[in-house]
Amino acid sequence: MEQLGAKQLRDRIAAGQASSVEATMAVFDRIRRFEPTIGAFISTCEERALQAAADVDSRIAAGESAGRLAGVPVAVKDNMCTTFGATTCASKILENFHAPYNATVVDRLLGADAVIVGKTNMDEFAMGSSTENSGLKQTVNPWDTARVPGGSSGGAAAAVAGGLCFAALGSDTGGSIRQPASFCGVVGLKPTYGRVSRFGLVAYGSSLDQIGPITRTVTDTALMMNVIAGHDPADSTSADDAAAAACDYLEKLDEPVEKLKIAIVPEYTAGADESVRRALSEAIEVYRKLGAEITQIDMPHLDYATAAYYVIATAEASSNLARYDGVHYGHRTQEPKDYVEVYSKSRAEAFGQEVKRRIMLGTYALSSGYYDAYYLKALRVRNLIRGGFAGAFEKCDCIMMPVAPTTAFKIGEKTDDPLQMYLSDIYTIGANLAGVPGISIPCGFDTDKLPIGLQILAPVFAEEKLLRIARMYERETDWHNRRPEMRKSIRG
Amino acid sequence: MVEVDYKVIVGLEIHVQLCTKSKMFCGCAVEFGAEPNSRVCPVCLGMPGVLPVMNKQAYEYSVLTAMALDCRIPTFTKWDRKSYYYPDLPKNYQISQYDLPLGENGFIEIPLESGKTKRIGIIRAHLEEDAGKNLHTAGSFSQVDLNRTGTPLLEIVTEPDMNSGAEVRALAVELQRMVRFLGVSEADMQKGHMRFEPNINLAITKDGVEYRTSIVEIKNLNSFRALERSVNYEERRQLDDFLETGKVMTMGSKTTRGWDDEREVSVLQREKEEAHDYRYFPEPDLVPVKLTPQWQAEIRANLCELPLKRQMRYIEQYKLSDYDAGVLTAERSTADFFEQVVEAGGEPKRVCNLLTQTGLKIANERGCGVSDLGVSAKSVGRLAAMVEAGKVGAGSSATVFEAMAETGKEPERLAEELNLIQKSDADELEAVVQQVLAENPNAVQDVTAGGKKSKKARGFLLGQVMQKTKGQANPKVVSEILAKKLA
Repeated sequence: MEQLGAKQLRDRIAAGQASSVEATMAVFDRIRRFEPTIGAFISTCEERALQAAADVDSRIAAGESAGRLAGVPVAVKDNMCTTFGATTCASKILENFHAPYNATVVDRLLGADAVIVGKTNMDEFAMGSSTENSGLKQTVNPWDTARVPGGSSGGAAAAVAGGLCFAALGSDTGGSIRQPASFCGVVGLKPTYGRVSRFGLVAYGSSLDQIGPITRTVTDTALMMNVIAGHDPADSTSADDAAAAACDYLEKLDEPVEKLKIAIVPEYTAGADESVRRALSEAIEVYRKLGAEITQIDMPHLDYATAAYYVIATAEASSNLARYDGVHYGHRTQEPKDYVEVYSKSRAEAFGQEVKRRIMLGTYALSSGYYDAYYLKALRVRNLIRGGFAGAFEKCDCIMMPVAPTTAFKIGEKTDDPLQMYLSDIYTIGANLAGVPGISIPCGFDTDKLPIGLQILAPVFAEEKLLRIARMYERETDWHNRRPEMRKSIRG
Repeated sequence: MVEVDYKVIVGLEIHVQLCTKSKMFCGCAVEFGAEPNSRVCPVCLGMPGVLPVMNKQAYEYSVLTAMALDCRIPTFTKWDRKSYYYPDLPKNYQISQYDLPLGENGFIEIPLESGKTKRIGIIRAHLEEDAGKNLHTAGSFSQVDLNRTGTPLLEIVTEPDMNSGAEVRALAVELQRMVRFLGVSEADMQKGHMRFEPNINLAITKDGVEYRTSIVEIKNLNSFRALERSVNYEERRQLDDFLETGKVMTMGSKTTRGWDDEREVSVLQREKEEAHDYRYFPEPDLVPVKLTPQWQAEIRANLCELPLKRQMRYIEQYKLSDYDAGVLTAERSTADFFEQVVEAGGEPKRVCNLLTQTGLKIANERGCGVSDLGVSAKSVGRLAAMVEAGKVGAGSSATVFEAMAETGKEPERLAEELNLIQKSDADELEAVVQQVLAENPNAVQDVTAGGKKSKKARGFLLGQVMQKTKGQANPKVVSEILAKKLA
């Protein structure tokens, strides 16, 4: 059963050919065996999940209609609020935070009869590229337990790759879905900004954050999008115009895009590892054989994407994280001298290094006297990048490039060098700044047998086409069928 | 001999709480005096992951007020975050408007004691969310009530165009009347619906050289009286201080003082304006507001003739006193009702008396508007006409009005039922007058003799006639008969 995709499983459960309880028990069996090694989850909710599964099974047995994710065990990154269990953002400051509301995406999953098995580990407040910044635990890469799963949605990607759930939701502010998907050999989609409601997603960089699926196949990503995409009145930035109108991402998924025009950016991606570049050109070859036209383009403004990103994201973060002050909820320092110490000590005690670094960077960028030179300039760069993408998409259907310059790196390799770590996101950040959708799909392995991802970027609200383009490749290859060889408790 | 001449300069920062049903960015009720922390939700509590959604009504009320203040109304405004840490601010930033307010460059006319008006410039008007309240009543710790958190506040900033405590008060009163007229705020100062913070300094000319004293901002003003007195107090204090120390305004010399209402003095709260850095930046969780011409027209349709203009018109057109015209234009419903009654044929002065002396009294007792008494404008018009025609005495009209409000019956029928129809029949009254004259020869003598006692005696005779007719005689007719008989 664990070899099935989410869509296959759902269809069998809906048809009464499989039971959700059985699938859920199988998942928890694997969690018991492999979670001590992988460390993908911050919390699991077996009892609740089994109850939900039994409920789905009995409703289907009673002839009731089955939801789009009927009985499918899924996981949710721990920065999406749930009324059950804690929502920690992998931070000590929210370690005991229990939200009195569900994120809109969580409500949508539950409304589609999905079975939520747990909340996955991440870099604290989604700040990081390796999940090493989690304040609560470490997650390793199922392909090589000495390596990172990527981040910040590292727990979600590791859980999907390790078969600890059938699909998961991650969030992507600068690459946090696509990069771990690439490192773990699974599919990860960052939708267009505004496509999926952010209500209940604990904010990092509000103008960049977007929730998206992490799955084993493109088909499962399309299925997940059918459930989570669409306007939400509780999120003013969620799009409700015609361009954003909800559609069925599965309907034409298997229809190839005719006269496909692909753009590549060789100059920009020249710095990637050789194995990564080779995998990219081989993937492009696959498309060429399918009849696609390949053109080279130049996107000079992308050279400034990382700099602009680290100003905008940290500026927003410095403000978004101001509420964690020990006054109303979350960690509070013991015996403060006065109310100012409630703030300063609570925050000093409970925030991790990287979070503090980004709060300080963002505070600095917004300070009077520096605002114009940093924040305002970064916004201008962002506009140029947005314009650059819009211009590029007049000439092509999509842009292809690596997801990250490297495959999964060793645990601890970059923790002492934040700048090196920041460069892990060099190819993914552009999509967040421009708001365009981007997907990572498995496209090969390096000499260390580590997965490599192919990134495909499309115009805003063109997810339907983007998924079809990704599916064209998936049908021609079998990278997505490879599974890591899971060993129980390697680290003892 | 040192020549000192000076002028006080005052600008106001005003916060007006809008009377929307729900808060600025969530669905919680706006309610004064509710159980602490009972009117809150995850959004106004600023919990992780929640998002604000703009209250359209609050924006429309604000734009309407800005229109009434003759502001330029930009078609594009946005929201900004203003950051500071304080326990009554759960997100530790306030959603406000920074560089693109919803209204700017307007003015308001205020009435002066001379009967003229003065134009006070409005720099800007913008919308923001209110903070909660810190309560320091529990001993060793403080408590926070977040019911008020997220209440829509319209901030209005005036030019420093006022030059006396009286002018400041006039602006405050005028603005209160205006926002009530527009129906955008209850504007009750005691409940904190309107908060005024004057910025005060002096321009002093001494030996031909002009000096400026440091600007002082006054807080804690919760009545018009306190507002006016604080300005007057500061005027004296700053002058004395200057004459004693010679200190003038320098960079960052602005101070904040709190008003002590009991002692009627201002007390230093904060020396030197702290270099506050609010780190404003655009609120990424809200989309900018684009005001289409159609939407703007819809809002403008709610604009009406403003109270001061209306007051001036009543004085001019209906020859009402300044005071009466002021009372009638205190509330829009009163003014509108007054005009409906006049339109129904009521003589303006009579209608004014009926409404200000009786109608508003009943309305106040019932805690409603004069138009909500269950008495139609037409009925009040007919009552006014009856008074005008001498069918009902001015004194009895109050009784009839009260009965109308009580029963909903028509004035003619009530005057009849209550025996309040005046006797104006000259023949009938002449007989009574004759009788009274016969019974009071001394008074008759006093009248005919003229001199000091004449007027008093005449009044006495009139009173006797009224008594005999149980107050139903038309005094005007009786006076005429008396004059004829005693000529």
